[in-house]
Amino acid sequence: MTYTPDKPPLKESLDELRARIPGWGADLDPKDRPSDPKLEFRTDLSGAHWRFPDRQPDDDRRERSVEHQFLTPVYGTTCPRRGLSGAVRGLAYRYSEGRAAHWLLLMLGDRIDAGENHVRSFATLRPDNPVTETGVLGEFSRHPVRSRFGRGRADLAHQWLDPVVVAGPWVAAGALAVKGGRSLVRNRAALAAAGAGAARAVGRLAGRVRRRTSISGEIRAGSR
Amino acid sequence: MRAMVYRGPYKIRVEEKDRPRIEHPNDAIVRVTRAAICGSDLHLYHGLMPDTRIGHTFGHEFVGVVDEVGPTVQNVQVGDRVMVPFNIFCGSCWYCARGLYSNCHNVNPNATAVGGIYGYSHTCGGYDGGQAEFVRVPLADVGPAKIPDWMDDDDAVLLTDALATGYFGAQLGDIAEGDVVVVFGAGPVGLYAALSSWLMGAGRVIVVDHLDYRLEKARTFAHAETLNFTEVGDVVLHLKRDTGFLGADVVVDAVGAEADGNFLQHVTTAKLKLQGGSPVALNWAIDSVRKGGTISVVGAYGPLFSAVKFGDAMNKGLTLRMNQCPVKRQWPRLFEHVRQGYIKPADIVTHRVPLEHIAEAYHMFSTKLDDCIKTLVLPSAA
Repeated sequence: MTYTPDKPPLKESLDELRARIPGWGADLDPKDRPSDPKLEFRTDLSGAHWRFPDRQPDDDRRERSVEHQFLTPVYGTTCPRRGLSGAVRGLAYRYSEGRAAHWLLLMLGDRIDAGENHVRSFATLRPDNPVTETGVLGEFSRHPVRSRFGRGRADLAHQWLDPVVVAGPWVAAGALAVKGGRSLVRNRAALAAAGAGAARAVGRLAGRVRRRTSISGEIRAGSR
Repeated sequence: MRAMVYRGPYKIRVEEKDRPRIEHPNDAIVRVTRAAICGSDLHLYHGLMPDTRIGHTFGHEFVGVVDEVGPTVQNVQVGDRVMVPFNIFCGSCWYCARGLYSNCHNVNPNATAVGGIYGYSHTCGGYDGGQAEFVRVPLADVGPAKIPDWMDDDDAVLLTDALATGYFGAQLGDIAEGDVVVVFGAGPVGLYAALSSWLMGAGRVIVVDHLDYRLEKARTFAHAETLNFTEVGDVVLHLKRDTGFLGADVVVDAVGAEADGNFLQHVTTAKLKLQGGSPVALNWAIDSVRKGGTISVVGAYGPLFSAVKFGDAMNKGLTLRMNQCPVKRQWPRLFEHVRQGYIKPADIVTHRVPLEHIAEAYHMFSTKLDDCIKTLVLPSAA
């Protein structure tokens, strides 16, 4: 029992287990386990009738890991890079997968991509709708209270953060837009006020210049 | 065609997308009849996986009917009912020639640290997935297999990832007769790993989770003992006491990146994205397995660093084994087990939803509403 050479006894004998559980021990022999041994050289199993697959047409714009010698012969073509997020992702692929910069830049690109696409969606007939896209409307038919409470769920400790993660960027963007708008209005008013003040000052200066000119003209006329 | 598309963390919708086309001579286009939402889809949904682009269609568990084939395809024909492993692989590179289909070197230009996976970000190759009416299936002569006549689509779709991965997880544990096996996570992969442990001769199987309805499933479906970690102060100490202070011989981590049980670890990972995965389950595994024991990791983690207790693993002389499952390598043996009735894959399915309602389905799965364990998605063209 742990402090002696013996293994702690099982609750059920192996015979009892064999009787209770369908198929118990069917793969007891490692030879019956398909991933044993881990590396098994076989070229007749996969169905491949090539040593190297045909190449998909090369796409110069397609990013690849610098740890690859060349663009792999087969690759996905969905969602090509574009915009600022695409530039950040392009930068990420200059670093090897062993560098934190590679992954952190990709994560940054993801956040920028989301922002770009949300903004872009407002110029379409189908703008992003956080209510339908988060699926929260499904709450009503899925027993939201019974599913969550009185059951000791560990994830309730952080589930309240989900709306913050989802709505936070929208609220922040909204607040920034309002602040920016107000600042613009204030600046316009300030500009207008400054413009009017400047116009008044210029007017006063012009008046003084006119008066001085006429006085000096009178003096000159008188001195004749 | 109609397809699910990602719109940013926690946001997806269904929209019209171009039907996929043949882009490589060995491509096939498959009309999807069943897809499933995987626990690892939630990592994408929550914005955890680097290079997940807006507009991407998720879905790496799907079956369907071949709708079109490229000029060099020989092994499947238009009209065949096919199941498609979540791995995209060439069948001929150094890795594939040795059975490591999940580590194929010829299909993912974006990374060498992971192979190609349908609908799983550009880090996994930038392929759209099967939560759609149609999907492009590259290298159709090596990936898909015809679904046996006796097999139901619901069972087949679960063999494309969840069941194969759970079974593979038990294998990675190198279980010997009478071993005590602890499985962290009572989701689909954990349930299948627990059931598979018995096939390999385990003497005890203990499943750990915090969701009571999933633990109930572990008892009824996987014949396992269960432990709700919220009911014990210290899960590691509890497991040590329960195993005569030896620890488990084998521990399977079937939780992955968004493990609960430690607020700080979860928040720094799932909310702040500062770690590749919350290593709560992995650290519990390291501490609760016996010295010289084996840990099998089939829960998915992201490529960023995680705060793993590696010193304990070293000092205890542990063997850590892990990989994405090479699905097709598991199929012949799993087909036998399903046919024998040792495993009834579809018994864990709790919900079936039309593609058009997929946003609600993701929310339900993410927040674990309505006792959700496994959700199948039914495209309208099915």
